[in-house]
Amino acid sequence: MSRARADEEEYWHSSKFRAFTFDDEDDELSQLKESKRAVNSLRDIVDDDDDDLERVSWSGEPVGSISWSIKETASSSTSSLEGRDSSLQKGSSSYAAFPKQVSSYSLSSLFKGRNKLPSFQSLSDALSDTGVKNYAPELRRPKAEYKICSLERFRSLQDKLVLLDEAVAGHDGNVITAVLIFLKRTLRREILFRELEVRQVALCHLIHFLKETGEQKLLLDLLRFLDRTEEVALSQYREHLNIQDVEKRREFLKGCIGLPFSAEDTSHIQDHYTLLERQIIIEANDRHLETAGQSEIFRKYPRKASILNMPLVTTLFYSCFYHYTEAEGTFSSPTNLKKTFKIPDKQYVLTALAARAKLRAWDDVDALFTTKNWLGYTKKKAPIGFHRVVEILQRNNAPVQVLQEYVRLVEDVETRLNLATKYKCHDVVIETYKDLKDRIQLTAYKCKVERGSAEEEKINSILNNMQIRWKN
Amino acid sequence: MAAHLSSGRVNLTALREAGRRELREFLDKCAGSKAIVWDEYLTGPFGLIAQYSLLKEHEVEKMFTLKPGRLPPADVKNIIFFVRPKLELMDIITDNVLREDRGRSPQRDFHILFVPRRSLLCEQWLKEQGVLGSFIHREQYSLDLIPFDGDLLSMESESAFKECYLESDQTSLYHAAKGLMTLQALYGTIPQIFGKGECARHVANMMIRMKREFPGSQNSIFPVFDTLLLLDRNVDLLTPLATQLTYEGLIDEIYGIQNTYVKLPPEKFAPKKQGEGGKDLPTEPKKLQLNSAEELYAEIRDKNFNAVGSVLSKKAKIISAAFEERHHAKTVGEIKQFVSQLPHMQAARSSLANHTSIAELIKDITTSEDFFDNLTVEQEFMSGIDTDKVNNYIEDCIAQKHPLIKILRLVCLQSVCNSGLKQKVLDHYKREILQTYGYEHILTLNNLEKAGLLKPQTSGRNNYPTIRKTLRLWMDDVNEQNPNDISYVYSGYAPLSVRLAQLLARPGWRSIEEVLKMLPGPHFEERQQLPTGLQKKRQHGENRVTLVFFLGGVTYAEIAALRFLSQMEDGGTEYVIATTKLINGTSWIKSLMDKLEPAPF
Repeated sequence: MSRARADEEEYWHSSKFRAFTFDDEDDELSQLKESKRAVNSLRDIVDDDDDDLERVSWSGEPVGSISWSIKETASSSTSSLEGRDSSLQKGSSSYAAFPKQVSSYSLSSLFKGRNKLPSFQSLSDALSDTGVKNYAPELRRPKAEYKICSLERFRSLQDKLVLLDEAVAGHDGNVITAVLIFLKRTLRREILFRELEVRQVALCHLIHFLKETGEQKLLLDLLRFLDRTEEVALSQYREHLNIQDVEKRREFLKGCIGLPFSAEDTSHIQDHYTLLERQIIIEANDRHLETAGQSEIFRKYPRKASILNMPLVTTLFYSCFYHYTEAEGTFSSPTNLKKTFKIPDKQYVLTALAARAKLRAWDDVDALFTTKNWLGYTKKKAPIGFHRVVEILQRNNAPVQVLQEYVRLVEDVETRLNLATKYKCHDVVIETYKDLKDRIQLTAYKCKVERGSAEEEKINSILNNMQIRWKN
Repeated sequence: MAAHLSSGRVNLTALREAGRRELREFLDKCAGSKAIVWDEYLTGPFGLIAQYSLLKEHEVEKMFTLKPGRLPPADVKNIIFFVRPKLELMDIITDNVLREDRGRSPQRDFHILFVPRRSLLCEQWLKEQGVLGSFIHREQYSLDLIPFDGDLLSMESESAFKECYLESDQTSLYHAAKGLMTLQALYGTIPQIFGKGECARHVANMMIRMKREFPGSQNSIFPVFDTLLLLDRNVDLLTPLATQLTYEGLIDEIYGIQNTYVKLPPEKFAPKKQGEGGKDLPTEPKKLQLNSAEELYAEIRDKNFNAVGSVLSKKAKIISAAFEERHHAKTVGEIKQFVSQLPHMQAARSSLANHTSIAELIKDITTSEDFFDNLTVEQEFMSGIDTDKVNNYIEDCIAQKHPLIKILRLVCLQSVCNSGLKQKVLDHYKREILQTYGYEHILTLNNLEKAGLLKPQTSGRNNYPTIRKTLRLWMDDVNEQNPNDISYVYSGYAPLSVRLAQLLARPGWRSIEEVLKMLPGPHFEERQQLPTGLQKKRQHGENRVTLVFFLGGVTYAEIAALRFLSQMEDGGTEYVIATTKLINGTSWIKSLMDKLEPAPF
């Protein structure tokens, strides 16, 4: 406090604190920085202890807000929670002895004594007590007015259908679902399905409801009845996510291949199965290799995770990393994967490049882009553009010598210059300026290279070369 | 606490008050001390209605988060579960109840409060588990429309879009209609209803029906709203996919605003004073509330981000100058006056510091190369360039395994801007996505197709250029600093939804019949009769008030665009905005993705 007082004294008497002046031509970023500085310098002046603004804990939650209080009250009781855990087991057995309260609100007992066909509103009221009572007192009606009705009264099919139509017309999903539960219980399946087919909204609700409650079998029956075969297929395929065991999952996927997907999707599902099949083989093999400790690559770069259930491109990366040189015949070789899954060249090169660069296997990188024509001449080609190659190499910390080789191959002059300057590939910059006959830029570049270096010498010799016709 | 709710044209404090009253009534039903067990999702929305102090006044002594296992041993008479009607939550509650020690004394009573609606399905579920009878009170709390700001209401129903357009479950529309009935009960019958889209039609029908079925509901309140405009989200699938470029929109895009709160990386928000908590940087995210209660935020939230920097620097100058005043304060009176202004200046100072830090954080991202590239592609698509072939940037992003949601946003945007993709292009994207991110995403792609976000071009005709030109969705000469058109919120693209609202007000939809027919769903107009005494005689120059209800979600940029229209000098219309959920492209796509993890039970 006394320190604060001293600060205050200083503040009143000194003229150290001056308003900032802003250069209007400044770009906004520096404006922001200055605003911040200005504001921060004020911080010392104005902050005093009796902060009568709204109290806020560091996390910003106003003290007293609900989520803040949950944390507070919870933390005060967690300690005692732990100690009591031992008595936890007896929970369910002692529960049975507990006198169960009779439910006053179950489907069948709910709707009592109504002779007439109930209107939508009373139905809604009975089921969920929803009148507009909340918030709007003037719309409130006395409790006694709520009409209670029993769905069991609806015996004939026709009554049931009228009931369903009424519910649908009300759009209250809760009511629709209630009626559907009732119909599902009291109607034969074929009849239920048949009637729902012409009642799309109700149908959607039932499908949603079956998905929610996990009644997979009934759901599939229904979709099949409706001839929504693709949906059946997808819904069934989805099940594989719930299967943890890979062998079982693979078997399941195998079964999915024959399902009536669209042509395009069928090939994806087939690929999914094949991929998992491969992964199981590769995984078993590699785990063995790794534990045996014989393979150098696994010793040097232990695997971080299993390859099971990884996407295709990740698998390709893995195989380019650990199995690059294998012959096409093995399941784990990159070329085999490429062929089996028809991986496009571009994708393949990108992945292989990333994997080999990570291992700093520069020869492999070189080979990736070298093509030989029939005369035996070699040529560099990259389906992804050499600027992308440079980016990937740079991300993997390739040395300048390697980098510059590919920067040189970037076709667009401006991109090449940008990349070369950015990654300090001096030779490329110098040669490019020479090719452009741009003496001014070349001269200017001299200050970017080290004094007395070979690069400086090179620049000087070019500048002194009388043969060159400079454009400037 | 809630002063900002009454700052707008319509005083929304009344709605909040009604909500609080309802809550108190329920709490008093359960006599004695209580503990509340919260469905965590609800704490945010509830926080906008009530603070802990209100609950405490009604004997709420403890609060816990709903989770499986045994309930903490609080010595209270009542345990109340505040939950959404979801089956997975019912399973947790069942677990809690079954593990309750029946030997304890005194025994605790259980109650459930469903928000916003009791669900028969859930109660049936509880019954099957044999625990339904354990609950003494099972009630509902109709938290339909929650006031977020003076001109903004949201139902915060995360899955509304998915339910309406994917599952054809119209329950959330029913809730929307209920919410509108509540609004009308408080603010008078809305005489004119306009709408576009299937869901809009349903909601209007339900409103009319509900009105008919409550004959006693003729209320005598003078109508505050002149017009209600109901808009389906699927009439304008494009807008949420684009990156929002207003200040608030960008905060949401980058950090996600939840119930008016945002969590930010703490590094830029150093502790206020040295010696307070040592020199360690805080590791917990900094949480800030963002609403119009904060003067500075109200001023900058809806600006294009490029116009925010200059406002902040101007404010910094003003505040600096204000503090300089102390040098001129000579007499005791002057000093006294200066000191009396200090608290206000201090609040302004801390607000400025916060927003300068946030702006810096955002600037780091908006100046990045990738943000620029992404935006360029978006803008190309929206202005109709190269929407019919495989895009290089998208391919690159897939190859570099950028987040899947980003890819999906772009591909969907391209599809929407081309009225569907050529089959070959679509197949290409699909293959690349499945190979890179995993085949199981076939389920998500399927959902997007069902929702109409990603589809093959069937008609062979691309309607988007006509729609774009007629509605002037793309403006080349956009002014970000001093905007003269709503297109500033996306730096060139004028949100279709808001354009529809604008054209409805003036000159009316009759002028765009042709385009309306190209957009999905019917458009319509309804009138609700008012008793003669309540018919409005407008003062000359008085603005009309229109409530725009976005069924399926609205973005902050769209809200900004509507606020811009409200503030136009000769606009003639002020807007209040309601929605099922505040969304951005990311949260929206996420809600449509297939949940790939199996349920935890």
